[in-house]
Amino acid sequence: MPSDFLSNLYVFILAGFVGVELIKRVSPLLHTPLMSLTNALDAIVVVAAIIICGRHETPLSTTLGAIAVAASFSNMVGGFFITDRMLRMFKTGKPKKS
Amino acid sequence: MNSIATQQLLDSAYIVATVLFILAIKWLGSPVTARRGVLAGEIAAALAVGATLCNPELVDYKWIIITLVIGAGIGIPLGMVHMTAVPQRTALSHAFGALSAALIGIAEYYVGVPHVTRFGMAEIGLEVIIGSLTFTGSLIAAGKLQEILPQRPIVYKGQNLVSLSVLGAAILIMIILVVHPEYSHLFPAMVGVALVFGVLLVTPIGGADMPTVISLLNSYAGFSAALLGFVLNSKVLVVAGALDGSSGFILSVIMCKAMNRSFMNVMFGAFGQEHIAAKGAGEERPVRSATPEEAAGILAAASTVVIVPGYGMAVAQAQHKVREIYDILTKRGIDVKFGIHPVAGRMPGHMNVLLAEADIPYDKLLDMDEINGEFPQADVALVIGANDVTNPAARTETSSPIFGMPILDVDKARTVMVIKRSMAAGFAGIDNPLYYLDKTLMLFGDAKGFVGSIIRELSGGGSHG
Repeated sequence: MPSDFLSNLYVFILAGFVGVELIKRVSPLLHTPLMSLTNALDAIVVVAAIIICGRHETPLSTTLGAIAVAASFSNMVGGFFITDRMLRMFKTGKPKKS
Repeated sequence: MNSIATQQLLDSAYIVATVLFILAIKWLGSPVTARRGVLAGEIAAALAVGATLCNPELVDYKWIIITLVIGAGIGIPLGMVHMTAVPQRTALSHAFGALSAALIGIAEYYVGVPHVTRFGMAEIGLEVIIGSLTFTGSLIAAGKLQEILPQRPIVYKGQNLVSLSVLGAAILIMIILVVHPEYSHLFPAMVGVALVFGVLLVTPIGGADMPTVISLLNSYAGFSAALLGFVLNSKVLVVAGALDGSSGFILSVIMCKAMNRSFMNVMFGAFGQEHIAAKGAGEERPVRSATPEEAAGILAAASTVVIVPGYGMAVAQAQHKVREIYDILTKRGIDVKFGIHPVAGRMPGHMNVLLAEADIPYDKLLDMDEINGEFPQADVALVIGANDVTNPAARTETSSPIFGMPILDVDKARTVMVIKRSMAAGFAGIDNPLYYLDKTLMLFGDAKGFVGSIIRELSGGGSHG
């Protein structure tokens, strides 16, 4: 078993536990923004897409990388944007509008 | 610059981004700090993308720039959709995320092809299979939510066998590729079969199960990104994917519990279908109905009111009318709260977003466990566009298909008023005994129209569009 695999597995397991503990504490009120935010975070695959696209190894890898950049970057931009839009709507009752 | 120093600089940027990712989710935990969480995520993303653009391995920026612009061009409009369309936008973003993970895996395979190790092949194979099935599965889910595709589950005989055989075929091809890496011509077949499986996986699921499906697809999209992190040996991808994957997983568990169903049942059960038969010949039973005038009178005399909104309210676009009724009653000193079932809406938390958009303060939105203790003290429970989640048969009738499902105890309020178009059954296709109780008044009509009429009565005949 390659050592890279084992160190990645450590990170995966630890991050998984951290994720479970943090997400259990997210109020059900915010489950939709939670999903759109984790989606935007997940769009970090764009960094891998950028490297595949920009390394210019074969025409195929550049093309696939380019599509992947567009798909994941749209998630990143759209995900943060809509999450913030939703969260701005959540207001408490105290400063009451007429 | 010295390339080792550059690499270290890039790695530190990724480490900072990883920490910010975790903080982003931590801060999202409460509405008070949630926007800080988004900011942390944005900084992390900007840092990671910025650092990557400085990577000395990059030789050509033309396509990167063009596709980043295209991506932003797609992402911004998708970030501006109406709140009722958030579930399909989310499904579409699962599709995009899974697509990019799958494409990167495929590109990685073909770049390395004669020299891919067996272990590397297993990682890539698994990653590409999960990415591909999540891509097509999410597209189908988005199509169902957008109502381009039929929302009812589509089922046929022997479906589970066919679906599982297709998944088995994809895995078999992957195993062949691991054992015989030289059969690289089989790789496209593996991708194709996985794409077909995604379609087969989601087509039979629909209706009330959409919140579970969308959470499951979220989880798959996350795990495909984490697996890609394994393939590329990128810790930042492993962490982001693990966070997204565990988030989707927990939400799926919450949704399954809220419907009292197991994962297996959601994936292979095809709800709805079988229960239409179980409904049988319903005899006509008397119900009490009321006019907007009577309903307004009862609301005005109440001191505590719990409003129970369901997806029917959102379909009728009645949330702004509901806000008006909330305002009028609150001004009269009546305590108004909202009781929200976890599966009200098309995705986890959807109903809260819809009500928050209508400017209803979030401290009035209570989840099922919080509100159920309050129904016995409530004078009126006003149900708008919700059905199965208020069905008391879930508590008592062991023969009911929804027996054991946690419900909102609206029947414990002094008076129950239900706004409903007709006596038609809900998603589960079963009758609701709530409607025949002596304390229940049926308000027949369109949610928006009826709430509007009640508002007119309450404000003394004033005009409201």
